[in-house]
Amino acid sequence: MIDRWQLWVVIAGLGLGSYAMRFVFMGLVGRRPLPEWALRHLRYTAVSIFPALVAPLVVWPEATGGMLDAPRGLAALAALGTGIVTRNVFASMGAGALVLFGMLYWF
Amino acid sequence: MTLPTENATFWRGVVDGLPFVLVSAPFGVLFGVLATEGGLNLLEILSFSLVVVAGAAQFTALQLMLDNAPTIVVLASALAVNLRLVMYSAGLAPHLGGAPLKARLAAAYMLVDPVYALTATRYDAQPSMPMPLKVAYFFGTAAPVMIGWFASTLIGAALGTQIPEAYALDFALPIAFIAMAGPMMRTAAHMAAAFVAVVLALCLTWLPYGTGLLVAGLGGMLTGARVELMQRERITP
Repeated sequence: MIDRWQLWVVIAGLGLGSYAMRFVFMGLVGRRPLPEWALRHLRYTAVSIFPALVAPLVVWPEATGGMLDAPRGLAALAALGTGIVTRNVFASMGAGALVLFGMLYWF
Repeated sequence: MTLPTENATFWRGVVDGLPFVLVSAPFGVLFGVLATEGGLNLLEILSFSLVVVAGAAQFTALQLMLDNAPTIVVLASALAVNLRLVMYSAGLAPHLGGAPLKARLAAAYMLVDPVYALTATRYDAQPSMPMPLKVAYFFGTAAPVMIGWFASTLIGAALGTQIPEAYALDFALPIAFIAMAGPMMRTAAHMAAAFVAVVLALCLTWLPYGTGLLVAGLGGMLTGARVELMQRERITP
């Protein structure tokens, strides 16, 4: 169960922080461009955080008490492979869901 | 050549933005469903979408709160996911930096992935577009995307109470994250960043308070930037 205090602090903090990030250059800094090294690091934030967040959830899923299981592991591989090949978010989600439900039904 | 009116440009933006409602709506619905399953009520879920307006960060925060991560780690990780917004803001600054303050304050609230993609493309193709038209186009694209995001979150919240637990929804979030990350693997640098981040995340789960995720994310960023530099040096020695 999520703590109510934590929830509202997160909503407010995340809202303020995200707004600040959106406003900073358009509103304050103006036309000065970001230095090249900063852009170079910013390019790899999402592509680093998503996989890092997901990897432990795939290898040690909570629903199985932290045991690696075939349906979830293979669903993750199917989603990743389809995503890389097709570059399509929905094909990737579809492949993952298909493998997950297919295998959960089968076994 | 006569210029189109602000009104016409706004509606042109609406038409361009509409298809993206179909792209983001499933994520809004999924967020509403998972937040409901996580015990959030309608007011809390809608506030989340209204205040934060960033799907990926909302999913990250929700997952980490369900994992009982401390508040500071939840905020740091979700804000890290949103760092790309700084890049968007910098990208639009040359075009919208001279707009009235009120317009910039409102535009910052609505600066989300599809709106950035559409406006940046349009401004680059037509750099001579006058400022009022640029502003009109921005809000035109943002209108359907914003309304779609809030509406789909609400639909998801309503659906969430109807779906039985047996549907293995615990794994919907990991699949959604993978689906968002897969198409990002455009270059060797992206793949190297993701690979290092995954290895670090798996090796560092023993670190307290979920700080392993932050270290892993930082490691991935540094790796991606480094590999990009190395590739460029190889191309232009």
